[in-house]
Amino acid sequence: MEKSKVWIFLAPLGVFIALAVLLFNSLSNDPRLLPSAKLGRPVPIFSLPVLGTAAEQFSQENLKGHVSLLNVWATWCPSCRVEHPVLNQLAESGVVIYGLNYKDKSEEALSYLQQLGNPYQKVIYDEKGDLGLDLGVYGAPETYIIDAEGLIVYRHVGVVSDEVWLTVLKPLMDAASQSEQVPSKGGLSG
Amino acid sequence: MLAESGQFALIVALAVALIQGTFPLLGAYRQNASLMALARPAALTQFFFTALSFACLAALFLNNDFTVAYVASHSNSQLPEWFKVSAVWGGHEGSLLLWVLILAGWSAAVAVFSKDLPQDMVSRVLSVMGLLSVGFMLFILLTSNPFDRLLPSFPFDGSDLNPLLQDIGLIIHPPLLYMGYVGFSVVFAFAIAGLISGRLDSTWAKWSRPWTLIAWCFLTVGIALGSWWAYYELGWGGWWFWDPVENASLMPWLAGTALLHALAVTEKRKIFKAWTIMLAITSFSLSLLGTFLVRSGVLTSVHAFASDPERGMFVLGFLIIVVGGSLSLFAFRANLFKGQGQYQLFSRETLLMLGNILLLVATVVVLLGTLFPLLSEAFNMGKISVGPPYFNLLFFPLTLLAMLLMGVAPFVRWKKQEAAGFIKGFVWMAVISVVLGIAFPWIFFGSPVWQVIVVTVFCVWVLSATIKDVVKKSVNKKNVLQGFISLPRSYKGMMLGHLGIVVLVMGVTYTSFYSTEIDVRMATGDSVSIKTYSFKFHGVKDVSRQNHNAVMGEIEVSQNGKRLFSLYPEKRVYAVQKNMMTEAAIHWNLGRDIYVALGDSFDDGSWAVRVQHKPLMRLVWLGALISALGGMLVVADRRYRQVRRKRSVKNYPLELEA
Repeated sequence: MEKSKVWIFLAPLGVFIALAVLLFNSLSNDPRLLPSAKLGRPVPIFSLPVLGTAAEQFSQENLKGHVSLLNVWATWCPSCRVEHPVLNQLAESGVVIYGLNYKDKSEEALSYLQQLGNPYQKVIYDEKGDLGLDLGVYGAPETYIIDAEGLIVYRHVGVVSDEVWLTVLKPLMDAASQSEQVPSKGGLSG
Repeated sequence: MLAESGQFALIVALAVALIQGTFPLLGAYRQNASLMALARPAALTQFFFTALSFACLAALFLNNDFTVAYVASHSNSQLPEWFKVSAVWGGHEGSLLLWVLILAGWSAAVAVFSKDLPQDMVSRVLSVMGLLSVGFMLFILLTSNPFDRLLPSFPFDGSDLNPLLQDIGLIIHPPLLYMGYVGFSVVFAFAIAGLISGRLDSTWAKWSRPWTLIAWCFLTVGIALGSWWAYYELGWGGWWFWDPVENASLMPWLAGTALLHALAVTEKRKIFKAWTIMLAITSFSLSLLGTFLVRSGVLTSVHAFASDPERGMFVLGFLIIVVGGSLSLFAFRANLFKGQGQYQLFSRETLLMLGNILLLVATVVVLLGTLFPLLSEAFNMGKISVGPPYFNLLFFPLTLLAMLLMGVAPFVRWKKQEAAGFIKGFVWMAVISVVLGIAFPWIFFGSPVWQVIVVTVFCVWVLSATIKDVVKKSVNKKNVLQGFISLPRSYKGMMLGHLGIVVLVMGVTYTSFYSTEIDVRMATGDSVSIKTYSFKFHGVKDVSRQNHNAVMGEIEVSQNGKRLFSLYPEKRVYAVQKNMMTEAAIHWNLGRDIYVALGDSFDDGSWAVRVQHKPLMRLVWLGALISALGGMLVVADRRYRQVRRKRSVKNYPLELEA
């Protein structure tokens, strides 16, 4: 066997080692816990249309003033359908949820909402995924907690279940609402 | 007691697997007959204890023993009995136990059906499989024990099986899929045994081929079943999502398909040995990789099990030992691979190699697409995920090329084919394909789309080439029918396998391009129509069943004003987990599926209703079944049985080592 041929036989091993290194790296970053690089920072500046409207634009300013959830979803994402009933329940109980329709077609997105119900105050239509890229969206579904000043408080990757809501999101949202009330009161008295 | 017995049985099975994995291997190395002879009884014993352990877990489910954590979180006293049994593999721990049981089952099958193989080969193969069992059993016992108790405070009732999994499709889907995944361990073990012993001749390929085919058939049916389940259970008419977990099953399938073809060449022509061995290792490695992706939580997915870095680390370590070890052995034994056959550029060998490369490229496409979020993150490009558009874009040309090869390769001679004569024989077929390929979508679906036309042309091409070849080979005999019957099963199996792919590709293309879907708000008495069908909503009624309540709608379907049938889609609320589930109602025939699902209700009593008309939908799964049937037909070929008989007469000497 010639020398040069031996290298060919080593190639599969080399590919596998590269793959193993990659997998090892990603093991330490659980996607569900991955903090967004933007955590604690304001929502990136954007201006995108509202789903189903031609003229209405939505920007980071519209997120200010109240604590809200920003839910990244798409019709091509099966997990989104799983969490959708939970979002509907939350919206009914008064939680403010904004949608970010990610890399999707508007007609399909609209019929999806018509069929499954619409838990969103407004849906931001991010056809090209620009805002998604700025936010560091990993895939759909993802859910962000945005506080009243438009800062990103928390990021949840994956399905929002009742359990996730009760144990993770709700406490954080409550805390965010608390902290925002204190300075506003102070502002009144002073 | 039952839980402890189950755990104990698993520990015994582990000990036996350890024996199976070491002594026979040592025996083969030293040519010690009594050590080698341990392999078969050890494999059977290991299977027995694993099955016992599995039976214990199933009994715990049937007894509603909620002191066991796994049972408490995956079952409920109200769960129907058959779902209690399938709930055994409804979660991470239990499905791993199923995995181990099936691995032990394949070991036992090799032990039973290998009477004609030389003892040292069998011993090595069973040892490798025993070592794989050891790894997985350690995984269960150390990180994911299904027999752990919730003592002293256990729940009064279980928190129920996920309603999505309470379905017939999910009772049979995981076992079939695992039969496929794990089945590739046999050819993997054969490859490792071959590399160790240095015996990689065409008999090696002949032994490995039926095992690979059987595993491949299981995997094919398993994947099809998963797609069918998603279609009717997720409630919105999608049947393939390019989800990481689906991709995890598609990768070994693609590599396994390449392996089948490579094995055929190695068996017939004694070439491509290194390539075949590499594919054997790759196919099983991708099965393991799939397990890693699904269970480590590095990727998010609908089907993903609870993520746990510790488990991920264990599987990764195991992956490195198994795959890294076997690829090192592969590189180390590179001097074994010397092809013996000669062939020219235009020959069946070349075309099969092209097909192999194509399948491997497809595997890499899926692998990259699946791992892309991890890759882009590693290179600090942010986390970018590629969706179905990426896969669809790349799979379209890959499929066309594969079809092109399928329409040519089976009819080209081995070694060398005269191009001129060959092309002449296919001119008429090309004309027919183009004409029918344009006519078919035009006549039946009105609006021709160029992608559909191209695909149809290729499908007609493969179909007509296949029929032409079968007829040509059959008419050589006195009676055409008799001629057909006397054709070798492996030939008929190959043709059937290819036809299955044609059927599947037709189904995929036509449903993708010609489906009609409308979402409307309907009050009682409202009608909508799609093409010649009209759908009338007759309102809803409440239904109560064992573990769920449902709202059932009635939709009357008529065609051209004539009433055909009624469909009853449901919205279910499961008592324990309070999940809302959509149960679509489907009426199907080979030509089309009519799919109706209920959405949300509105305050005025009207409902959001989704109605879909999906032409040729069934062909997707039918094609997969036909292909699998073709695979089984090849396994049934006379030459595999003849070999068996011949060998059982011949007495093989133990010292075959060159």
